[in-house]
Amino acid sequence: MEQEPKVKPKGKKKGITVGKAEAREMLLQMYEIRAFEEQAEKSYMAGKIHGTMHLSIGQEASAVGSISTIEPTDYILGHHRGHGLCIAKDADLNLMMAEFYGKENGYCRGRGGSMHIADVEGGNLGANGVVGGGLPMAVGVGVGLKMRAKGQVILSFFGDGAASTGAFHESMILAVLFKVPVVFICENNQYAMSFRTSDWTTSENLAGLAEHYGMPAVATDGNDLLAVREAVEEAVEYARSGQGPYLVVNDTYRWRGHSKSDRNRYRTQEEIDEWKSVDPIERFRKVASKKKWLTAKEADEIKDEGYARIEAARIFAEDSPEPTVESIEEGVYAP
Amino acid sequence: MREITYLEAIREAMTQEMERDESVFLIGEDIGTYGGAFQVTHGMYEQFGPERILDTPITELGLTGAATGAALIGMRPIAEIMFMDFTTLASEQLVNQAAKLRFMFGGKASVPMVLRTPAGSGTGAAEHHSQSLENWFVHVPGLKVVMPTTPYDAKGLLLASIRDNNPVVFVEHKLLYKTKGEVPEEDYTIPLGQADVKRSGTDLTIVATSIMVSRSLEAAEELAKEGINVEVVDPRSLRPLDTGTIVESVKKTGKVLIVHEAVKTGGFGGELAGVIAESEAFGYLEAPIVRLAGREIPIPYNRTLEQNAVPQVANIVEKARDIVQLKV
Ligand SMILES: Cc1ncc(C[n+]2csc(CCOP(=O)(O)OP(=O)(O)O)c2C)c(N)n1
Ligand SMILES: [Mg+2]
Repeated sequence: MEQEPKVKPKGKKKGITVGKAEAREMLLQMYEIRAFEEQAEKSYMAGKIHGTMHLSIGQEASAVGSISTIEPTDYILGHHRGHGLCIAKDADLNLMMAEFYGKENGYCRGRGGSMHIADVEGGNLGANGVVGGGLPMAVGVGVGLKMRAKGQVILSFFGDGAASTGAFHESMILAVLFKVPVVFICENNQYAMSFRTSDWTTSENLAGLAEHYGMPAVATDGNDLLAVREAVEEAVEYARSGQGPYLVVNDTYRWRGHSKSDRNRYRTQEEIDEWKSVDPIERFRKVASKKKWLTAKEADEIKDEGYARIEAARIFAEDSPEPTVESIEEGVYAP
Repeated sequence: MREITYLEAIREAMTQEMERDESVFLIGEDIGTYGGAFQVTHGMYEQFGPERILDTPITELGLTGAATGAALIGMRPIAEIMFMDFTTLASEQLVNQAAKLRFMFGGKASVPMVLRTPAGSGTGAAEHHSQSLENWFVHVPGLKVVMPTTPYDAKGLLLASIRDNNPVVFVEHKLLYKTKGEVPEEDYTIPLGQADVKRSGTDLTIVATSIMVSRSLEAAEELAKEGINVEVVDPRSLRPLDTGTIVESVKKTGKVLIVHEAVKTGGFGGELAGVIAESEAFGYLEAPIVRLAGREIPIPYNRTLEQNAVPQVANIVEKARDIVQLKV
């Protein structure tokens, strides 16, 4: 059985040319991500959510800039800090929030939660709780896409921490060997939990590493939406045209702690503030205004719309039913 | 006596042993300034510095192999794997290398290392951060597998594990970290392979591991109110296993309930049932050997489903009652 994304192509997103419509959509998605993460944090603090969560506030441009370059029929594979990736892949916010709340009508019937949101029909093959866990699978998706020869690609997202795993090395080797249509996107937010990336490598070195495997690679200013988009666009073209895999390293930063257990002992407030001053959303608003894509008023309205959609999703999630205990053993095996 | 938590008992054992023995060091992810994902190593980096607290990037296979290699030349490393789920990544070096080197080299080598890792569900961490995989390692000759339940046992068993000349998988439980109990300040060891009768009784033997020992003790209190007198045996170490204590208990009570969190199929309960069935206790059994264990599913995220995926006190009470009333 072929599991193809069952999405109707909406407006074409392709092309480096960004106009009013694209600018609007991308800004809206960035606001939806920020609002989703803020709501997630609030719900957690209010005791409505158990477990943990990994917030991507500050990394919105990496998700939106990257995923805005692909078609609805293309795929993504995410990682534990994956809420933003889902939203950028046009997830239904209600189903996402319901999953975050562990509800029966969430994307994964409440079984997966924050760290495992997937929208298989929408071409989102899921977040992952195991660092590096998505990389080898992305190669396999690439193998399948190549065999089916419909010109589809997959974006495989991972963190800088995943680049230190054995899975990364093996995935690079296989991707190059099989010349798969995979664009690997490293969201380098400078830390893996408390481990500073620059203590073992740098963005440029990470890109350089890929080149040693024989894969083209580039490092971007990951808080510059258009820079990300441009780099990924080129990588996607390359992969789609059958030339093989590509690595893009987006340099960015997470504003919040790693997860709920983080005490921020390993970094300074000055560093956090410095990165907050290059807020990807504010930066894009400036560009959009300069290019006359969006006025300040329009941008504010987009912001309100993003937050309103998340508020609606929260209400949907809170009103949604819990899974029943009778159904607990369902779904382990396919029929 | 002074009371400390399970987590503090583990930290104290490591700290005291590092002060006593220079060959002991720690290696793991975020065990330095972060203090470990569960804060077990908090403060140790400040005390011992980067030379003996080796903070690593995400490299489960690499760090476990590094511990194995260091142990091979006589160091006594303690590797921390942040969640037991990730021992799957470490298992090549642990299972193929660390466990076999001594035998393979004709007894001429030894691998005195400890791999500490927290297992178990109950924190809402879902499928990839909640597994109980102890029996994977019990299956491997050359490894020892220890699962402490109380702060006292945690300290004594960890000190014994560090001093043991073999690779020991030391399985902690996330929900036990904050539980308190009496722990002596001085150092002491509990031999690996010595079970502990945590409660004595005459009507039924419960053999339980890790958090299920605490739940079984709670269940025993409930059952006592109904006049059912339960004995709770904690093997503490699964390999080597103290079969004697278990067999003696079953001979006395004639009935046995085995409780663990790990999935029932292929879990340690099957091993315990086998050991009992093969022993002289068989002739004393008045009821079938019963296992109560995790359901045949991954651990789900939803809170209610998560609780229902593994045995809770009420389930133990019910099963125990059924056995005593011969309803099984
Ligand atoms: C194999 C594995 N080891 C350790 C962990 C615990 N862990 C979860 S996220 C994380 C840091 C990941 O860093 P990175 O890949 O840079 O992503 P980020 O969290 O920075 O977005 C760690 C160590 C894990 N989930 N999987
Ligand atoms: Mg990172």
